[in-house]
Amino acid sequence: MSVLARAVTLTVAFLAVVGLALFVVIHILLAEPPTVDFTAGHAAGRPVSMTIMADPVNDVSDHPDWVSYFVESPQTGMWVHSTIWQLPAHTRINVTAYQFDTCDPLRNQFNGRVTGTVGNVMSVSGEAAGVNGKGISVVNSDTTCGVAHTFSVPELGINVPLAGETYTGKNECTQGPCAISTAHTTTTFSFITPGPGDYRWQCFIPCGLASVDGNGHAMSTIGFMTGYLDVVS
Amino acid sequence: MAAAQPAAAPAAGRAEPNHGLRILLIWLPLALAADLVIWFVWGPHLPPGDMSDTAASQQFDIRVMSVMAAPVVLAVLVYCGYAMITWRPRAGGEDEDGPPIEGNSKVQASWITVTTVLVLGLFVFGFVELASPPGAGSGQGISPLWKPGGTPLQVQVIGQQWLFTYRYPQYGGFETTDLVLPAGQPVQFNVTSLDVIHSFWAYQLGVKADANPQVNNIAYTTPEHTGQFTVRCAELCGLWHGAMYDYGRVLSVAAFRSWARTTETRMAKITRTLPSYALVYYPNEIAGLAKFYYEAGLPGAGGGFYGNQYYPDEP
Repeated sequence: MSVLARAVTLTVAFLAVVGLALFVVIHILLAEPPTVDFTAGHAAGRPVSMTIMADPVNDVSDHPDWVSYFVESPQTGMWVHSTIWQLPAHTRINVTAYQFDTCDPLRNQFNGRVTGTVGNVMSVSGEAAGVNGKGISVVNSDTTCGVAHTFSVPELGINVPLAGETYTGKNECTQGPCAISTAHTTTTFSFITPGPGDYRWQCFIPCGLASVDGNGHAMSTIGFMTGYLDVVS
Repeated sequence: MAAAQPAAAPAAGRAEPNHGLRILLIWLPLALAADLVIWFVWGPHLPPGDMSDTAASQQFDIRVMSVMAAPVVLAVLVYCGYAMITWRPRAGGEDEDGPPIEGNSKVQASWITVTTVLVLGLFVFGFVELASPPGAGSGQGISPLWKPGGTPLQVQVIGQQWLFTYRYPQYGGFETTDLVLPAGQPVQFNVTSLDVIHSFWAYQLGVKADANPQVNNIAYTTPEHTGQFTVRCAELCGLWHGAMYDYGRVLSVAAFRSWARTTETRMAKITRTLPSYALVYYPNEIAGLAKFYYEAGLPGAGGGFYGNQYYPDEP
């Protein structure tokens, strides 16, 4: 092989390796779901309304059998498959959480308490057996169908156990984002954002189907059951 | 030391100086000064500080190790520096090696004696420090070799992806995310996990113990000063391992008791729903709802994975 041919071969091989590495870095390692912006047009001092849902399935990713959160875009009103939410600092966030998944016990029942919300309570309506009512501060996930997932921001002390949907086999959500007409519970709560920063949030139900004691897959993937609050001034 | 031997061949008509003595006279004051600086100036600032007896003990160990290591390091550096200056090639000089040191029993005996004393000394020192009060601050498993006197405050550390929580069995078994300890009182950490392996590392307290599921790993310490300390997970445990940290506080005994009583009352509602205090937990087994759901043929959250006992099949 001539020197020129060897040089060309070597260059092509080098570029191929570099290209592959860049592809892995950009499309896999640095891949993140889109940031849903709740700050655009926000007037200082006014509360922000945020609507989220926790679905047993999703039809918008490569993992349709993974449980997943969705968030309603304040701009379009469409459900977005993202767990990165940009929020204004020092602002009251009024959250409505639709929950379409059935219940399961918490790995640590300590996470059955409601903390970090305004008044350290949440309100639940829908089909949550045993937890209907208002101003709930503790849910016992071992004795009632009280919890399906949690919305927890450990750094901010926020923990909200979202009520589970009592399985009847009828009108169950089978396609995500779930239609509001399918069986679900509705949990509402409010919290005050702190100063600017990124605050990770997660679910404390090990709901990553059959992986590492339920803590892999959806539990460990941003965009499904964990993400972060991007709080900006 | 080998310093006295590899000298260049004596120049005609000129006596070869005693290189070993020269090196010794350079090295000795440097080593003495370095040790004094390490012990008295740097030593009090070495990690992990002196917030607890275990931390102070670790700091003492590091000071001793540093004081022993500094002369050795300096001996190497001084010898190298001396050799480069004294035996450097000179213009017009002969470019050849000095006499070999092979067979020099004095050098060999010195080398073997010094290194043996150092290694055996560290061996004995390490064992004594591990086994004698106040201990090493590390997890000693369920049957500790060393225990403090008196009745230690029991604090259970529970690791979970990705959060540490703490239970106080002597105060009704309440659980909290706040780690608060009294100054001057021995503390027994009972460290366990509910899922994967974590590691409870209370840095300024000099305590580090693995948190293994279904295992109780005991570590002791006695906080000696009030203040704040950092708790980190020191075992790579998943996506948010880097965010698995919090801060603990050491209060006066009176302030601690006040905090404990207040927290016990504040947590009473959630405490009633917790499983009874135990040294280890089996969340997959205590989750009676998983059994109920499985036997009823119903799915749970996330496809009803909870509890390998009832959902043994991989999908």
